[in-house]
Amino acid sequence: MADKHNAETIITETQKRISSAFEVFDHESNKTVDVREIGTIIRSLGCFPSEADLHDIIAELEEEEPTGFVRYEKFLPTMTKILLERKFRPITEDLLLQAFEVLDQQKKGHLEPEELTRYLTQEGEPFTQEEMDEMLSAAVDPDKNVILYKDFVSMMTFDDTR
Amino acid sequence: MGCGVTKSNQLQLKPCDRGNISVPAATAMRAALLIQRWYRQYVARLEMRRRCTWNIFQSIEYSGQQDHIKLYNFFGYLMDHFSSANSQRNLVSQMFGESEVFQDAEWERRFCYKDIEVPDVYTGPHLSFPLSISNVTELVHAFKNKQKLHARYVLQLLGKTWTLLRLMPNISHVGTCRHKEITICGDLHGHLEDLLLIFYKNGFPSAETPYVFNGDFVDRGKESIEILLVLFAFLLLYPHNVHLNRGNHEDHIVNLRYGFTKEVLGKYQVHGKMILKLLQKIFSWLPLATVIDQKVLILHGGISDKTDLNVIAKLDRHRFVSALRPLKRKGASAMLKEAALSADGDEEFSAGRRRVQSLSHGTPLRLRQELPRHSVHSESGRTGRSVEEELRERRRLAGLSLSSDSDPAEVLETDADEWKQIVDVLWSDPMSQNGCVPNKVRGGGCYWGPDVTQEVLDRHKLQLLIRSHECKQEGYEFCHNGRVLTIFSASNYYDVGSNRGAYIRLGPDLIPHFKQFQASRSTRELTLRQSVGRTERSALQALRMQLFAHKSALIREFQEYDPQRTGLISVKHWAAAVEKVLRLALPWRVLRSQLVTSSTQDGTLNYHDWVNQLSVIQPNTEIANTSLLETLYKHHSNLESIFRMIDTDHSGLISFEEFRQTWKLLSSHLQTDISDKAISDLAESIDFNKDGSIDINEFMEAFRLVEHSRAEMEVLPSPE
Repeated sequence: MADKHNAETIITETQKRISSAFEVFDHESNKTVDVREIGTIIRSLGCFPSEADLHDIIAELEEEEPTGFVRYEKFLPTMTKILLERKFRPITEDLLLQAFEVLDQQKKGHLEPEELTRYLTQEGEPFTQEEMDEMLSAAVDPDKNVILYKDFVSMMTFDDTR
Repeated sequence: MGCGVTKSNQLQLKPCDRGNISVPAATAMRAALLIQRWYRQYVARLEMRRRCTWNIFQSIEYSGQQDHIKLYNFFGYLMDHFSSANSQRNLVSQMFGESEVFQDAEWERRFCYKDIEVPDVYTGPHLSFPLSISNVTELVHAFKNKQKLHARYVLQLLGKTWTLLRLMPNISHVGTCRHKEITICGDLHGHLEDLLLIFYKNGFPSAETPYVFNGDFVDRGKESIEILLVLFAFLLLYPHNVHLNRGNHEDHIVNLRYGFTKEVLGKYQVHGKMILKLLQKIFSWLPLATVIDQKVLILHGGISDKTDLNVIAKLDRHRFVSALRPLKRKGASAMLKEAALSADGDEEFSAGRRRVQSLSHGTPLRLRQELPRHSVHSESGRTGRSVEEELRERRRLAGLSLSSDSDPAEVLETDADEWKQIVDVLWSDPMSQNGCVPNKVRGGGCYWGPDVTQEVLDRHKLQLLIRSHECKQEGYEFCHNGRVLTIFSASNYYDVGSNRGAYIRLGPDLIPHFKQFQASRSTRELTLRQSVGRTERSALQALRMQLFAHKSALIREFQEYDPQRTGLISVKHWAAAVEKVLRLALPWRVLRSQLVTSSTQDGTLNYHDWVNQLSVIQPNTEIANTSLLETLYKHHSNLESIFRMIDTDHSGLISFEEFRQTWKLLSSHLQTDISDKAISDLAESIDFNKDGSIDINEFMEAFRLVEHSRAEMEVLPSPE
């Protein structure tokens, strides 16, 4: 009995979180959000989908004839499932650090801005120039003009606890 | 100065060199993917915080505007429904300066600058008329160096501006003729730094560089008068190449609340009143719209389904001194038909949230009956008189000021239509749904949908509507399938780092090109994370002040959820209670983690503790009567508005009797009871000048909420 009650509570709490996040972008207060904000909403709920993942989710959420808006009625069940199944698990600090270390082939302990830019704007799901510039502005040590990725990772993941 | 949109202007990126990637391709790809995935999530969380912060500021701003209009409507109600036996009505009538009606020629005499001497010690700029380019450039440089223009030159400049504006039509028609590009700027709101930044990037106005300034030059920022003087100077210099549209803040009633009146009186202690009066005239003579190549319409707020440029072109715009109040001459029929500025037709409506309703507007008569009844009625002393009788009396009195050759009923209806056209132009906002509904969030104008844009623009054979009125994070934003463009030129409007400003360059192809900017070097060098953090702290502080001001109402509401008086409520109930009391539709659950710092282990919190912890904010003085104090904080802006209206000679001082009257008025409006004793006690706690008058500024300063914390000793502005 207690388990069932707990399960229900978890679902209710989850749905409340989803509802609150949705609300922030529901500018007209009519239970719809612009489809372009879906990625932000999903990520703000703690998920780490790739761009391809998002693409698939949005395809599911859109109307038969796309209006540019996503309705809450559709969003809620989809998002609930994602959260309860813990899809798109968070990337831990260790994993992130490993990724940077992998790119630092020569084991210098840092990366050149050009190096990182090359990887992130050409590999994987490439960054736009704006995204790259934004990351560099936070990551590059202004004195040495390199990215001390270990420090960068700790600083950024510290933010997570706020 | 400088502008920079990107932050990393130091890097020299080497060209792409695929052949030399030493990391195995597959591994590199996986690593990159991971980092990208992680970073995008991080940015999304920041974006969520930024959006919440934005919502906070905007809600508080619009709620304040709505408040203001409610107050003003209340005065209107007093004026319309009560005879001169009612002392409150008399006070309001005095506030509105209805006794001061002169012809223009008489005003010109009063505004004369000639007797004002400029002393030798004056080091500011000297103007000679007609103005020359070097004169105006000198003026701009003087303002950059924080100098003040002498009142004599101010009045002279304003006088010439008034003369010029009277010659201009309601709608200016401009052509791009071949190669000229026109620059269009949005709200400036007293941010002189932004105007100077625009001039620096884009050049001063000239025959080669024509400009349109789309209203809201004043209020909020601290250099509103300087902006006006610069814009008017350029207008006088290049009357065919500088175009000014009126905004909803070019309105003396709005200025009373949002800082412009205070700024002028502070900077011009002797001649401030005269300057303000002359500005009232000038504002009413500002054109309402600009049309470029007969294809692009530029106006401040927006449109409604009733907007008709032909009507607007023909009306006497200067009769509408304030867009907040229809013309005095009203009869019953006009009142029934007019779309009155409705601020609270709907009980369930919560401030800050746009609720889409049916297409019928709220009926004015119903609105009027909902306004406060008790103390106002009891003071009228006319138990026998019905509303009908009062209206008849008023119409009789009004008839004296009507011209005899027009049918009163007809004139009145046209007045109401024209007034609505102007209010819609100055106050409306776009919405994404189809239709046209009253703009209850602001309290004036409409929300209009894409179908209305299409209908109105097509009807007038226009292709684009450019408007301002709403702050946008990037300084501009399209909507309605690209047919409506919002342009906003005051950067850091809500706070440092809150938004960029932008302006438009429009050539003969009529395709808008945008330039963005942000004043102050320090904000541009902040990373996204830092600027979001800063603005967020400021918004939360503003929110805490609002919460503090509503302390007792909050406790009462919490206790509704806690009949056993355990002192604990669930987080869910906390959110519901806060939303109900503050009437700011914000995502309280999301904000909870920032606002409730005490632990909520089992999902409950101790609300007494929480409320007490809000009192980290302290008033500057000690006062015994805490409920009066709370009223004061809650209705800070209303109170100040009334003070400034009562201070008809703009001296900055009011008598004790006027002070008492102010509180009485406020208590009528709020339907609360404030005893005479409480008011006397309050007055006694302030230092009086020897002659027994109260300095308004001093009084408001004394009760401003200030956060006492080690980290932030700076004083934050009270939420408006």
